[in-house]
Amino acid sequence: MPEENIIEIKNLSKSFKEIKAVDNLSLNVFRGDVFGFLGPNGAGKSTTIRMLLSLINPSKGEIRIFGKSLNEKRLEILKKIGAIVEKPDFYSYLSAYKNLEILGRLSQTDVTKKRIMELLELVGLEKRYKSKVKTFSHGMKQRLGIAQALLHEPDLIILDEPTTGLDPQGMKEIRDLIINLSKEKQKTIFLSSHILYEVELVANRMIIISKGAAKIEGKVEDLLNANELDVTFEVNNSELAKNIIQNNKWINKLNSITKNKMIFSLKQDEIAPLNKHLVENNIMVSAVVPKRSLEEYFLQITEQEGS
Amino acid sequence: MIKLIRIELYKIFKKWRTYIGFLAIAVLVPVIQIAMLIEGEKSLNFMTRNLQQSFIFVGNLLNGYLITYLILGSLYIHIPFLIALVAGDLLAGEATSGTYRILIIRPISRLNLVTSKFFAGLIYTYTLILWLALISLGLGILIFGTGELIVLKSSQIIIFAKSDVFWRFLLAFAFASLSMSVVTALAFLFSSLVENAIGPIVSTMAVIIVFIVISAIEINIFQTIKPYLFTTYMSSWRLFFDDSINYPEILKSCLILAGHVVLFFGAATVIFKRKDILS
Repeated sequence: MPEENIIEIKNLSKSFKEIKAVDNLSLNVFRGDVFGFLGPNGAGKSTTIRMLLSLINPSKGEIRIFGKSLNEKRLEILKKIGAIVEKPDFYSYLSAYKNLEILGRLSQTDVTKKRIMELLELVGLEKRYKSKVKTFSHGMKQRLGIAQALLHEPDLIILDEPTTGLDPQGMKEIRDLIINLSKEKQKTIFLSSHILYEVELVANRMIIISKGAAKIEGKVEDLLNANELDVTFEVNNSELAKNIIQNNKWINKLNSITKNKMIFSLKQDEIAPLNKHLVENNIMVSAVVPKRSLEEYFLQITEQEGS
Repeated sequence: MIKLIRIELYKIFKKWRTYIGFLAIAVLVPVIQIAMLIEGEKSLNFMTRNLQQSFIFVGNLLNGYLITYLILGSLYIHIPFLIALVAGDLLAGEATSGTYRILIIRPISRLNLVTSKFFAGLIYTYTLILWLALISLGLGILIFGTGELIVLKSSQIIIFAKSDVFWRFLLAFAFASLSMSVVTALAFLFSSLVENAIGPIVSTMAVIIVFIVISAIEINIFQTIKPYLFTTYMSSWRLFFDDSINYPEILKSCLILAGHVVLFFGAATVIFKRKDILS
């Protein structure tokens, strides 16, 4: 059975005067996906999400959600979307409960008191439901943000960096919640993040964007495992080690060499044989540090955008 | 739409800044009234000193009606500030607090959203004018009682019978509500342009002050442009206190003011509908 497209973005671009925030971006999110939308800060993630939620108008391109054009069926589509966009902001002079009540009424569905309290309990704020939001910490607001996104039981949940500002326990709870929403409730989740590890833990498909353009897209499993690892061998004498491997297959896998370090491109199952080969030829191997090339690639992108 | 307006009103009346206007009126008007209670007779004698040589004034001239008439005239520049304080915050306040993001992603059209906010702003404005009427007229009558209203105009003095005054105030306050709707609409328009509520408040006041100053200066070029300034028509409430009311002139003022409300609100709607929410 063909996969059902929930989000379909075609050649999407957005410019702010001279600055191109999103550049000809295309992607597809299928029903049931936890889709990781990965990119360093400033890569255009939030701009894309704002376009998905019609907060900003695209300069070019098309967005279809649930098979309908966002431009033409905005209200119909938004009824079935819950979202957090960047940092969570609420009416600070109102209580957590009142904020959710107002947002529930605006969601055009019957959001009962019971439902609001259930959600506050889910995000651990049930005891503070009467407190004004201005008394909340960033983490508490982030949790309230999750609650408002789930308020009207949406089919598609868009989360823009939902773990920002949370402590490790809070981050884990959000990740567990995402997995639960996907597995138990069959929600489709579009998760933006600048942390590869975070996406890796929860997403089944992902895209990496940089400077507003797509770089890599596919299944998380394939992207992380199909490629070879960059493995650093720390040795006592790298020149001698190089001579030892000169006449066998390992020499073709050697990427770079310094006095005590040799970096190879290897598959996971090649690490141990190479290590054995070096040790048997009296090379002292003090450390073997594997690094996935995707991780390396993402780091490179992040460094480029940061510079 | 009713639901949206109720939500907006709830938000407006949950903010402390909303009550600044009510508080200011509740303090300022009684202060003027007390001052008039102490020195009113002296002021009235001063105002009518030339006439007293030819006429004998009898009865209670320093009454609640006269005080209200004076208050209505003197507060005309101050009330817009109190209105701009809330109307300027209606859209820009959402941007400042970042709540545009949770609001616009709901399944509501931007047109409905902007309209409900504007109507809520108008309701606030009318409530404030009603409050002004209650405090100035109600408290004025309670303290000073009722009586004939003496109105001094540039070329004439008009004295209205006690029974002929109250309805004029009702119409004057109704007209003031329309005038202040223009202020609401202007502040709302500025509010749609920026992401900080201070800008719309200052800009609205700047426009009103500049227009009033231009209207007041007796220079030919200013007098030429005076008919094109909405502030010119805001003081038409005084026409209700003419011996013979010039209804066509009042109707013209009403239409021009209503036209400005539609124009400013229309512009705000177009801007808001196209606006990229970046806050």
